[in-house]
Amino acid sequence: MTDISKGTQLPALELPPISRFTLALYAGASGDHNPIHIDSDFAKKAGMPDVFAHGMLSMAYLGRLLTNWQPQSQLRSFSNKFSAITQLQDVITCSGEVTELFDNEGELCARVAIQAAKADGTLTLVGEAVVAIG
Amino acid sequence: MLDKSKVGHKFMPFDVDVEKGRLKFFAQSIGETNPIYTDEAAARDAGYEGIPALPTFPFSLDMEGPEFLPVIGLLKLDIAKVLHGSQSFNYKGQIYAGDTISVSSSLKDIFDKKGGALEFVVLETSYTNQHGNIVATAEQTLVYRNA
Repeated sequence: MTDISKGTQLPALELPPISRFTLALYAGASGDHNPIHIDSDFAKKAGMPDVFAHGMLSMAYLGRLLTNWQPQSQLRSFSNKFSAITQLQDVITCSGEVTELFDNEGELCARVAIQAAKADGTLTLVGEAVVAIG
Repeated sequence: MLDKSKVGHKFMPFDVDVEKGRLKFFAQSIGETNPIYTDEAAARDAGYEGIPALPTFPFSLDMEGPEFLPVIGLLKLDIAKVLHGSQSFNYKGQIYAGDTISVSSSLKDIFDKKGGALEFVVLETSYTNQHGNIVATAEQTLVYRNA
């Protein structure tokens, strides 16, 4: 029997402040070399205050929230909208809550509402995952 | 306005070798320290066939094609005006270190909001391993700022 039910909170994941180093490392590791995340001159020309975090970096943090909670082999789907830009020095916290247990093609699954937020409460990513818990 | 006649376009599929070192570097770059993502023995002990690629790693495979973000060229986008709007993954299997993954993408939709100030480009991608199994599918929406 599982002790997971509607309302179960996932252990929150607080990340260190986003630095230029974080973005350089992620650009190299992910292969996403879009200059808007790496080159301040380019970002400013594009009308941004400075370089800003890859959305997919924050989504990877949400992935960590999920795989810290249940093994990755249980993850069935994972989606989010990028609702606000994550700037340098932002401190992002990922959190999630089970909203429903349901049968997914014969497998007991939890639907999990997930989000990433800045310290001031601004939501940067809002999404959902389906995790098998049977 | 973006050229909607391109909807349905299939990008040239390509194969990517998933290298162990690359997966370890990816884990490091996002602060992931669970040893299953870096140590083969730990991964096998946890029931995996090898070191698994992290959940969002398939997106990184998109970057390994012959052209960086081919939709940029297809739709003549200015990369400075592109934002990532949404992303989803469906998992049907697992990508492991040592796999060769075939990446196949198509342009699913283009639509606009705010009288064309924002245009949305929807891409669909599937990831197939060397055994012919689709291990994941993805959908992403790019937001194009015309203003």
